[in-house]
Amino acid sequence: MGGSKLIGVKGKVWLFGDDIDTDVILPGKYLVLTDPNELAKHALEGIVEGFASKISKGDIIVAGKNFGCGSSREHAPLALKYAGVGAIVAKSFSRIFFRNSINIGLPVVVSKDARDLLREGETIRINLEKGIIEREGGENIIVEKYPGFLLEILKDGGLLQNLKRKFGKVDIR
Amino acid sequence: MGMTISEKILAKASGREKVEAGEYIVGKIDLAMIHDLTGPLTLNVMKEVGYDTPWNPEKLVIILDHQVPANSTVTADLHKQLRNYAKKHNLKNFHEVGRQGVCHQILAERYVKPGMLVVGADSHTCTLGALGAFATGIGSTEMASVILTGEMWFRVPETIRFELKNGLRRGVSAKDIILKIIGDMGVDGALYCAAEFTGDGIDSLSVDSRLTICNMAIEMGGKTGIVNPDSKTLAYTGAREAPFRSDPDAKYASTYELDLGMLEPQVAMPHSVDNVKPVSEVGEVPVDQVFIGSCTNGRLEDLEAAARVLRGKKVASGTRLVVIPASQSIYLEAERRGYLREFVEAGGVVCNPNCGPCLGGHMGILADGEVCASTSNRNFIGRMGSTASKVYLVSPETAAATAVEGKITDPRKYFRE
Ligand code: SF4
Repeated sequence: MGGSKLIGVKGKVWLFGDDIDTDVILPGKYLVLTDPNELAKHALEGIVEGFASKISKGDIIVAGKNFGCGSSREHAPLALKYAGVGAIVAKSFSRIFFRNSINIGLPVVVSKDARDLLREGETIRINLEKGIIEREGGENIIVEKYPGFLLEILKDGGLLQNLKRKFGKVDIR
Repeated sequence: MGMTISEKILAKASGREKVEAGEYIVGKIDLAMIHDLTGPLTLNVMKEVGYDTPWNPEKLVIILDHQVPANSTVTADLHKQLRNYAKKHNLKNFHEVGRQGVCHQILAERYVKPGMLVVGADSHTCTLGALGAFATGIGSTEMASVILTGEMWFRVPETIRFELKNGLRRGVSAKDIILKIIGDMGVDGALYCAAEFTGDGIDSLSVDSRLTICNMAIEMGGKTGIVNPDSKTLAYTGAREAPFRSDPDAKYASTYELDLGMLEPQVAMPHSVDNVKPVSEVGEVPVDQVFIGSCTNGRLEDLEAAARVLRGKKVASGTRLVVIPASQSIYLEAERRGYLREFVEAGGVVCNPNCGPCLGGHMGILADGEVCASTSNRNFIGRMGSTASKVYLVSPETAAATAVEGKITDPRKYFRE
């Protein structure tokens, strides 16, 4: 487990605006669902109808400021992750959304410039270790680099997996 | 540039000289707490991991407090899971029925010292910042990680300074201060920030009052409430010294000022904690139940204020009064001072220390259409029972006056000499 599974995320860009809130990401009426694959079907349906069926695995959301504002529901990043979103790049995130995303293993990347420079549908690759977005044919964009311990949680696929790797070999008895 | 007390605590916990708001750190945890509702979820996560030995058994506190003694087979089973876990790992900081109290109050009385980094699997863990600690609530998965590793990652929060000036007038108390602040800031006014309470106003308040204020920092989105420790903090906690205070040139995201001398009793109207009005503008609101208790206002000072109003009087007919001291030691002291007798003689019910009706668990759940004046901290739809009930959040003074008159009442007339 672990290792360098997550050196980079590669996918098509989906552009969004500012203040995309958790009710848009996952409407409150779906909070009763617990299966992440069911949650995923409704991801972002408040803005893009059928988002989950339109994206390809690994596609990248690129948004403005304050992404994920609103409630603390962990369902919101889960729905995006299981819908196949490979990473989210935004000018800023609501911090509880940021924390939840890292802890479930969904890379959330802060970049002041990406939203203004990238084009809808272009393919990019995010190198999380170096902290850059590589564009096909375009110039690289610098993003905020993660400290090592956050990178480690992401590489493991989330906090739980991180714990399993550290402690899982030991028997519970 | 200096540092705030929050930054200093996080710097020390991460083994650094200096940290700044916005930085990521890994902090060593000084104290972790789980209770009977969130604890079993944490145990489930550890089961999934396959390992459940706490990093340091001395630093883990387990408290039965939400429904105590067990009121259903479901609750009994939750208690049993925690009891077994405590037994398995020989944890001495397990608060069994009979040694219990609302978790934040137990932590304040027994465990927290200035300068500590404290996490609890409960959103009101921010209460403990009143003792000069950095204290915040976390989720059950994250708590499993803390229990196994003794560490947690933090983004160092910005700090908002709340400068409280002058002293309170009679019949006005700490609850009115924090309700006024939340009314002004809104439920997300301090989102993810440390709310630092300073000024001669906070100096003049007791530790009980400071706990009430920090308790509700989360109701405006705060990551923690915090008060710089002084001689009162040291006396309360038994600590010999206070390791950290904010520097005069520390950096704050913003500053809010409040003149306590101008404050009148405040009421948070249904169904939002920031829907706050001065008591004089509330109008005629008859109430079915008054609840005095919870981690916000179940301390000795609160019971003292309520007893002063209720002494020699009767609870209005058509209204019922439920009083729940926040811990066994408060219960005993209130008994010794005669407050409990005064509540019962006034026609009230006194229950054993625990959360009680605060989150609609038991001991005073509301029916359809009922109205409750409560000293607790949340008045969301359905919080204390039926989704068709209404909760008004008030101080213990206002609650007691309301019990006597059967409708929401300005308590100040009971506090004239
Ligand atoms: S008294 Fe109420 S707010 Fe405080 S810990 Fe108990 S349920 Fe939560």
